[in-house]
Amino acid sequence: MSVPSATAVPSGRASVRRGDRAGGAPPRSASGNSRVAGYLFVALYVALLLLLGIGPVVYAIYLAFSGPGGFGANFTAAFNDYRFLPAFEHVLEYMAIWLVSQTILVVGLVLMLHTLSRRIGAIFRFLFYIPGALAGAASVIVWLFMLDPTASPFAFVLHWLGYNSFDNTISPGNLPPIFAMMAIWTGAGGWIVVMYGALNNIPTELLEAAEIDGSNGFQTAMRIKLPLIRKWIVYMLVLSFAGGTQLFVEPTVLGQAAMGVGISKYWSPNMLGWFLASQYNQFNEAAAISLVLLVFGLVIAALLVWRGRLFEVD
Amino acid sequence: MLLQRRYVYRFLGLVILLFFTAFFFVPLIWLFLAPTKTDGQLLNQSPFAFGSFSTFFHTFHRIITYSGNSLLTWLENSAIYSFGGTALAILAAIPAGYGLALTEFPGRKTLLSITLVVMIMPATALVLPLFLEINKLGLYGTKWSLILPFGFFPFGVYLAYIYFSTTIPKDLLAAARIDGANEWGVFRHIAVPLARPIIGLVAFFAFVAAWNNFFLPFVMTYDNSQYPLQIGLQQLIGSTASFNPANFSAGTSITILHRPDLAMAVIIAIAPVLIVFLFAQRTLVAGMLAGATRE
Repeated sequence: MSVPSATAVPSGRASVRRGDRAGGAPPRSASGNSRVAGYLFVALYVALLLLLGIGPVVYAIYLAFSGPGGFGANFTAAFNDYRFLPAFEHVLEYMAIWLVSQTILVVGLVLMLHTLSRRIGAIFRFLFYIPGALAGAASVIVWLFMLDPTASPFAFVLHWLGYNSFDNTISPGNLPPIFAMMAIWTGAGGWIVVMYGALNNIPTELLEAAEIDGSNGFQTAMRIKLPLIRKWIVYMLVLSFAGGTQLFVEPTVLGQAAMGVGISKYWSPNMLGWFLASQYNQFNEAAAISLVLLVFGLVIAALLVWRGRLFEVD
Repeated sequence: MLLQRRYVYRFLGLVILLFFTAFFFVPLIWLFLAPTKTDGQLLNQSPFAFGSFSTFFHTFHRIITYSGNSLLTWLENSAIYSFGGTALAILAAIPAGYGLALTEFPGRKTLLSITLVVMIMPATALVLPLFLEINKLGLYGTKWSLILPFGFFPFGVYLAYIYFSTTIPKDLLAAARIDGANEWGVFRHIAVPLARPIIGLVAFFAFVAAWNNFFLPFVMTYDNSQYPLQIGLQQLIGSTASFNPANFSAGTSITILHRPDLAMAVIIAIAPVLIVFLFAQRTLVAGMLAGATRE
């Protein structure tokens, strides 16, 4: 979901501003009547926002800071939990691999596709984008098949890498790159489509001028196209980062097929939170973990937004 | 010399493209061929060999009837949760986007900013707190525990906001008001008839998000009769011999599934979203980018 939702945003702030400018001085006809109407139009959404967006966050804050131990005790307990650090390490390793390779791959492929003819480029984009339909448990199952050397069409690659059985392939050390690969499989295509769209907004005259000035394809890509899609790259990182910290589906579903090899029920922080809440009714500690994750994700996202000048209006 | 170099680059580019095409597309081809084969054929034949239609129908029949038609129950649940959530998302998002774009009220700007922040927040971040809250409200185990969260869709509000603020000139509304139309009449007779494309767009995103969601139903449902397909698929892995041989020691009463059965279940589970993806790509991308590039 996060992928398509990306598209509209970078201009978002600009649009908000434009809206403000247009509406800053309310039209004379805007009476008390129209004000009430405005509230009625947004009423259902605001109710849902309060109940399901703001409500849970407030409730989580309340839970995280209350409970028997007193202020901050739940956070101390979470940090000192022997399962907490490994879970964070797993997710950080996964994100490092995922974000770096996805960025290189998406940018590289989109620049390459943009040099092809429109028709052929469209075919490739379609092929890359279609796995996006399988987000969730379905994609994990597909990759279970792909990673099983006995049945996989990629068996020769797996054998070549020295993996001769399924539990070989999914040994604990391999899990972060495996999850990164699954995330790329379902997510990268959507970003490629989006960034290709952004590249198409570059005026042809600009590219022609560069060519006349003797710039070759590589130089044009690096010096003209890349800077012009920078915003989208930052935006992809923002959304991916926030989403990546939340890793849950892949390890949970894979754990179901682990044949006794070790994926614990608290492999990622979100899994740990759920584990504590569902197994031990430790809701306060679970809420603390949720908050740590949320703040961590939002801070990094905010940093990227700020450093990447994402919402800058040109 | 220069020309030669150019060909080398072209060739390299082609190799890279083909490599990634294989990465993205081969798993799908394999998936769709798997149910046409028996488990034995899957291991012995070439990964891209086609088995037979009769095997395909056998596989289909076996997985549909597995464990008292469980798959059909999950399919029905997925449909209820996803369509319910999507309907609610549209009911909330279309008027809200309109209200934010074309009416004036104190707090409008704040509401827009909050919507942007919540949009960037990954939906999974709220799952645990949501579970705790839903529990507290006594909705745990009901359909509402999924329909309500699926219906809360800030991205849809944002899309509708962008759409209305770019397609309907404020002057038009002002004129209608001068002609004596009240606010509801303006919305009903001007905005709603123009809203079809944005309703489609919001519906698509909300539906796909709801259908593919795993974490939320994972915590909100606890019984086979409540599971949507995503959770059902995970259950099926536990019954698949090749992934869980330990579950099938002698004397077990569970029906054993094999890889082709599981592949068939995946195909059934993804079919609705896949069909939308296949037929809607062009319109959707156009719609999405329209929101982003119109200035």
